[in-house]
Amino acid sequence: MLEVEKPVLTGSHFMNGDNACAEGALAAGCRFFAGYPITPATEVTERMSERLPLVGGVYIQMEDEIASMIAILGASWAGKRSMTATSGPGFSLMMENMGLGIMIETPCVLVNVQRGGPSTGLPTLVGQGDMMQARWGSHGPYEIIALCPSSPQEMFDLTIKAFNLSEEFRTPVLVMADEVVGHMSEKVVIPSPEKIKIHPRLKTKEKPEKYLPFKPNKNLVPPMANAGEGYHIHITGLTHDEKGYPVINAKTQQKLVKRLLDKIRLNRDKIIILEEDNVEGADVVVVSYGISARTAVLPIQQARKEGTKVGLLRLVTVWPFPEERIKALAKKVKAIVVPELNQGQISLVVERCAAGNAKVISVPHMGGETHDPKEILAAIKQAVKK
Amino acid sequence: MHKEIRFTGFGGQGIIKAGFITGKAACIYDDKHSTLTQSYGPESRGGACSAQLVISSQPVTYPDIIEPDIFISMSQEAYTKYKDNLKSGGVMLIDEDLVKTGKVRTDVKFAKIPATSLAENIGQKVVANIVMLGFMTAVTKVVSKKAMTNAIKTSVPKGTETINLKAFEKGYEYGTKIL
Amino acid sequence: MTEEQIALNHPMDAYLREDRIPHIWCSGCGLGTCLNTFLHALVKSKIDMKKTSIVSGIGCTGRVAGYVKLDSFHTTHGRPIPFATGLKLANPKLKVIVFSGDGDLISIGGNHFIHAARRNVDLTVICVNNFTYGMTGGQGGPTTPITARSATTPFGNFEFPFNLAYLAAGSGAVYVARWTMLDVRRLENSILHALNKKGFTFVEIISPCPTLYGRMNKLGNGLKMIKDYQKNTIINHKVDLKDAALGMDGKIVVGNFVDIQRPTFTEVLYDHIAKPQPNKKEDIPKEERKKIEHHA
Repeated sequence: MLEVEKPVLTGSHFMNGDNACAEGALAAGCRFFAGYPITPATEVTERMSERLPLVGGVYIQMEDEIASMIAILGASWAGKRSMTATSGPGFSLMMENMGLGIMIETPCVLVNVQRGGPSTGLPTLVGQGDMMQARWGSHGPYEIIALCPSSPQEMFDLTIKAFNLSEEFRTPVLVMADEVVGHMSEKVVIPSPEKIKIHPRLKTKEKPEKYLPFKPNKNLVPPMANAGEGYHIHITGLTHDEKGYPVINAKTQQKLVKRLLDKIRLNRDKIIILEEDNVEGADVVVVSYGISARTAVLPIQQARKEGTKVGLLRLVTVWPFPEERIKALAKKVKAIVVPELNQGQISLVVERCAAGNAKVISVPHMGGETHDPKEILAAIKQAVKK
Repeated sequence: MHKEIRFTGFGGQGIIKAGFITGKAACIYDDKHSTLTQSYGPESRGGACSAQLVISSQPVTYPDIIEPDIFISMSQEAYTKYKDNLKSGGVMLIDEDLVKTGKVRTDVKFAKIPATSLAENIGQKVVANIVMLGFMTAVTKVVSKKAMTNAIKTSVPKGTETINLKAFEKGYEYGTKIL
Repeated sequence: MTEEQIALNHPMDAYLREDRIPHIWCSGCGLGTCLNTFLHALVKSKIDMKKTSIVSGIGCTGRVAGYVKLDSFHTTHGRPIPFATGLKLANPKLKVIVFSGDGDLISIGGNHFIHAARRNVDLTVICVNNFTYGMTGGQGGPTTPITARSATTPFGNFEFPFNLAYLAAGSGAVYVARWTMLDVRRLENSILHALNKKGFTFVEIISPCPTLYGRMNKLGNGLKMIKDYQKNTIINHKVDLKDAALGMDGKIVVGNFVDIQRPTFTEVLYDHIAKPQPNKKEDIPKEERKKIEHHA
């Protein structure tokens, strides 16, 4: 295929988060994008429609988000790195085949630029109300990897990271952005291609006769064979054995699904990224993610000026959740403050991990705008009372 | 250094583009940090539209503006809505072709320019936003002139650089004269 | 060949996943014949089996992909076409076949079906139409004829069904054929033609479900239903497709209805990709450009 433009736009750019996400995908080697227009993720789709043909990739606008999600699974099995991008209503439609992607262990990236919900909600305004949907929205037990960018630069960096994790663990990976980060423009520095780390697809070295498409390596991840490589792979969304054949019983379910969960759970230390600022020795720690973590910086600085020892723990990876870190933290601090643009989703998880060892103060917001920094400052002050 | 700028007008005027060019000038060519956010309604044309830009010598954390240092208005609706939010001692710039101010706040620095008719004189009404950027650059010096011209050159559609730079010069000149 | 060997071997063994046989289909079901006929056509087509994928959705017909020794994908309900679309577009060298049932492709997957036909995506779509949902117990669906009884139309169906051949043709399929599974030679020829033709090719196979649809409508066992096909089939390649609907009178108009040429989606897509600057902003008319700039 022709490549008439550079896939990696090395240099400094002033661009919005959605465009940076698209550029991150291209830099990560994404050459297939299927999507459906939806605010505020449309700019990802538009950028891909313009850039992909110029770097020899395929862009297709599907009939809906159901089709978009499963088309990227098909493309991944054809050997391409693939991605889709959407927002709330489309994310709901993608839950079905996100589940298929998890079950048949297909590397791909799903970007959700979150807006206010439920339903059509606030198409042009921010929300972070899909965090639990990401974790539990597809039916059945599963583990998911979800990254939360806080800036256009991170939209670029974490999209690359998402592709790498998806290949490393053979699973769909979510970039859970939000409208503010998606639409906000800032300086984005794109490194030269040789400085961008690409995790290659884990391919089988077995001969077709011997190959078992779902026999895991020591990392619990099965090496892959793509369609058209002579392996005559058998792939099904039904519970299956290592051969990929359906086996409908409790024993196979236990073996397969446990491994699907464990490959994320037992590798969580490799997956989880946290950014900590003055957490050691703090009395109060603000735990947040995405745009809300940025909103928290001003009130934290203000509280420090007023003499409170406040730290910030930013969840770059929200799923798998850093349970061990929060458990340990809860034993050292008086309180944990959790601002987020929903009615308290991640704060529930923090509360469970804190297990009564520290007070957990949720700072909910219905969405439509970011928190007023004063709300977060008030919560920090409340946290140090008594 | 920390400056907050609010660009306002209606959809189709290139308000967000004006914010984009200024943000780009600041962080790519002036070596500062800048963060641009935008708000708009469901209309493609005509609806109220605003772009918020934070320029700082430090990385920007909170992306929204709290109380702008500079307020630029290219529509009556936006003027009425946002004029009182400008920081005391801040700079208010309006397109006098589009905004009738009545009694202006006395605690701010006020300057007006007929940006739309100046743009029409050049031959393209659509470059009124760029005329306004020239004016803003001269009056506020929040970004350097060189950075702005570089940002314009690399942000406008190919083939329209000349007219856009001309529009910028027009606004800049007008601003220098009234200073 | 001894009798024992006859029982142990099947002429299509090389193309079947023997370790997955016996299949799940009921006795008297037409799906075995549909699969067998398909395999004969596949072998004759000389398509490179290593480069061929078969994609199914959910249901009795949805199990076909899993019995065939190709790259087999048994996807979610209704979604084999968009999965196959991704597979084909990402690697145009693959031959991609969709094999699924009427409920899967036309009800839950109906939107994908019309759009893939509209785009003329290079897929051979084989739809086995048995007028019912077999795997879930014989419920009514978008192909169930008016007045037919099913598990969810206990007093007779009163919804108008789709005429699949008409729908496919209207949506843009470049090849549309319909046969009953009894007509194995003509069916095989049609599938062979569909496999070798570029673009969205569609073959509808009318097939009996004696266990559910047949029983509920007192149509007799599998053999009786097939004998009725023989009686009621009318070959008419030139029929106006709107007159080829299937009703309870049992009349089945069959034939190779549509065989036209138009650019395939793979062709137009890769043509677009190969062009260096298909859509640069400066090539866009001024008014359009303004719109783009506004959103930049």
